Amino acid sequence: MSEHNKDIDQPTGVETTGHEWDGIKELNNPLPRWWLYIWYATIAFSIGYMVVMPAIPALPGMGTNTRGLAGQSDRIAVAEQVESLRTQRSASGAALLTASLEEIETDRELQQFAMASGESAFGDNCATCHGAGGRGAKGYPTLADDAWLWSGTLEGIQYTLQHGIRHEEDPETRFSLMPAFGRDRLLERQEIDDVVNHVLSLSGREVDEAASSRGAEIFAAQCASCHGADGAGDRTFGAPNLTDDIWVFGSEYRDVYNSVYNARNAHMPAWGERLDEATIKSLAVYVHSLGGGE
Amino acid sequence: MVSAFLCVFAVLAILIAGNAADHLMGVHALLFFSAIIAWLVGIALWAGKLGDRDPFDETQYEDTLVKFGVAASMFWSLAGLLVGVIIACQLTWPNLFYFEELGWTNFGRLRPLHTSAVIFAFGGNVLLATSFHVVQRTTRARLFGGMWPWFVFWGYQLFIVLAATGYLMGITQSKEYAEPEWYADLWLTIVWVAYLIIFLGTLWKRKEPHIYVANWFYLSFIVTIAMLHIVNNLSLPVSLGSAKSYQLFAGVQDALTQWWYGHNAVGFFLTTGFLAIMYYYIPKRVDRPVYSYRLSIVHFWSLIFIYIWAGPHHLHYTALPQWAQTLGMTFSIMLWMPSWGGMINGVMTLSGAWDKLRTDPVVRMMVVSLAFYGMSTFEGPLMSVRAVNSLSHYTEWGIGHVHSGALGWVGFISFGALYCLTQWLYKRKSLYSVALVEWHFWLATIGIVFYIVSMWFAGIMEGLMWRAYNDFGFLEYSFVETVEAKHISYIIRMVGGLLYLSGAMIMSYNLIRTAMGHERINQPADANPVSQPPAAAELQPAE
Repeated sequence: MSEHNKDIDQPTGVETTGHEWDGIKELNNPLPRWWLYIWYATIAFSIGYMVVMPAIPALPGMGTNTRGLAGQSDRIAVAEQVESLRTQRSASGAALLTASLEEIETDRELQQFAMASGESAFGDNCATCHGAGGRGAKGYPTLADDAWLWSGTLEGIQYTLQHGIRHEEDPETRFSLMPAFGRDRLLERQEIDDVVNHVLSLSGREVDEAASSRGAEIFAAQCASCHGADGAGDRTFGAPNLTDDIWVFGSEYRDVYNSVYNARNAHMPAWGERLDEATIKSLAVYVHSLGGGE
Repeated sequence: MVSAFLCVFAVLAILIAGNAADHLMGVHALLFFSAIIAWLVGIALWAGKLGDRDPFDETQYEDTLVKFGVAASMFWSLAGLLVGVIIACQLTWPNLFYFEELGWTNFGRLRPLHTSAVIFAFGGNVLLATSFHVVQRTTRARLFGGMWPWFVFWGYQLFIVLAATGYLMGITQSKEYAEPEWYADLWLTIVWVAYLIIFLGTLWKRKEPHIYVANWFYLSFIVTIAMLHIVNNLSLPVSLGSAKSYQLFAGVQDALTQWWYGHNAVGFFLTTGFLAIMYYYIPKRVDRPVYSYRLSIVHFWSLIFIYIWAGPHHLHYTALPQWAQTLGMTFSIMLWMPSWGGMINGVMTLSGAWDKLRTDPVVRMMVVSLAFYGMSTFEGPLMSVRAVNSLSHYTEWGIGHVHSGALGWVGFISFGALYCLTQWLYKRKSLYSVALVEWHFWLATIGIVFYIVSMWFAGIMEGLMWRAYNDFGFLEYSFVETVEAKHISYIIRMVGGLLYLSGAMIMSYNLIRTAMGHERINQPADANPVSQPPAAAELQPAE
């Protein structure tokens, strides 16, 4: 190998560097011009950007980092943007606080504002369980129909939002407790089977008649105090109507059996702890509008 | 020597197992102990069968180790890609892949398993195998250190097993791409230092006057990864018997250290390491000289100098001071051309042999990998621009970007090297089936296109949805709606991943048949790419 004898690569006619490793040689091509010039351009742009934007940290004696010719600062920019959003919302937001829920719903402008705010808050706080648009999911009631467990009025919805359901940290939370008839040995399995047959018959399902009539007696003794003698439910206790065909925890025999055996006693957080009053009001108006508002 | 060293660790492991403060550490210490015992038994069995043969004959290349590395790369690529497809399914159909009783199947545990398996297990083994192969061939010297290269290989596999089982058991220090806890990190440090010494030692005893460019890149990879690994994992264990440790850095300093590490893991593990592969296997396969020596010098030094500053671009619009964000962005922009230098040098090496693109799918694979490299090293600087980043950050665009680099660049150049290595090391005239390489190439390419296009679409869409306000100044879309909107893209991405995995399975089959010496009859006439005579195992005489 020699560095001095010119070694020309045949297909390209370019000189090699004269080195060789395991048969690999290197051509002595210059740097591609376009490559070099674009690189220079990116360097020039970067230097320019550093002059215009904050670029040099606060060294001792400087006090603060450089702000650049543009005087730009993310912290200030974000504060301004939050402020402008707040201004945009403030007029209508303040009106929400003073107006009653009925006024909000009848005042066209306020209503539109509350709906926009409510929809936005619903999506990020409520839809996780209740589904987009309040369509519900197994274990989480549908909010878009007219079947309400506790209340379907504007004030009632607002109260539920504010204090939650079985949210024990809130003394004013909506509360009731269904016994776990099977787990706590209040009823035998045979008895639960009977009562489930009866419950299913209430919404017109075909069931074992004999079991259902035995179950009717147990129902009268154990369930009617909350769910009503006819099974139509009682909102004082959040006891669901058993005569319609709406089932939060499923309509299959085993779903209902499970509800009687273990009791569900579902839980919803008190959103008053987390959302401000105007947002809670907007949410009440929004949920009320979903289809089943009373 | 290696055995004595291992004995010390066996004693340490059994001590820790006896004093484990939590059962996770106990499990890992016992696992480690059993692995070392198995290892010592393996060494004893091997030594017993040696007879008069000198296992470290200086006139022979150490090629058996490289073959082991090829097999390990193949195995880990299948494992890592399979977990990738599984977690893509989990994202698409969360209920279908949710097992309440099996915590270790959760997305949160499988996701680091996927990233570490493909980057460190697959990528790492490809780098080990190719670097040991390339450094011997380009220095005309056997690997330095006798048995120590084997220590590095098996020690690295042990690290992978510790990391992977740890993730599944929930052991993590919650740093992306650096999840393993302190004891696994320490073990890796020991292995890595041994790796560095072997590499330097081999360079030291080289019989060539100059050091080939691929070795510069390998060396920069080994040295920088050592530095990154040690600094980012500085932490204090709760006790020597506990798996848990706490970072020395806090708050934004921790975040900046993490992304200095994270970004340069991309730079020095996934870029310079694989550029080294490119610099040997492309010129060797097409039998042409490297395009420009000068370009290789300029882009090497500019690449490694500029890359190390670019990490802060992962923390735009966060608590990180703005001057540091400017630093990260400007250095990322200046990095564009140095990155492209490697692409130009690789692609232009085909000058005078462009026909090989058509006739040899292995060459095509490596050249397409450079195309993906060029695309993602343009996309990277683009995404580091703060205005673009405010849209792209936290979205699927980032996932798409990473995978165009990982599947397209790292994956394809690795597959190319694995095809070359298997054919050359086993001294085969050609691969078992060139048609299967075509299948692999097209399935994988279509898979990548599915993957990155669906993620561009999903990412830009969700970025725009997140920032949309309605007329009243409230957010237009809830988070749930943005997730729902991505469902179709997720399905397409999963299909893309599945295609890519199928390609890798085809490759594995092809490589195994090649290694076994099978050859498919009826190969197409023009598809017999014996561009290189099988490399001799004997060291070539000095010129």
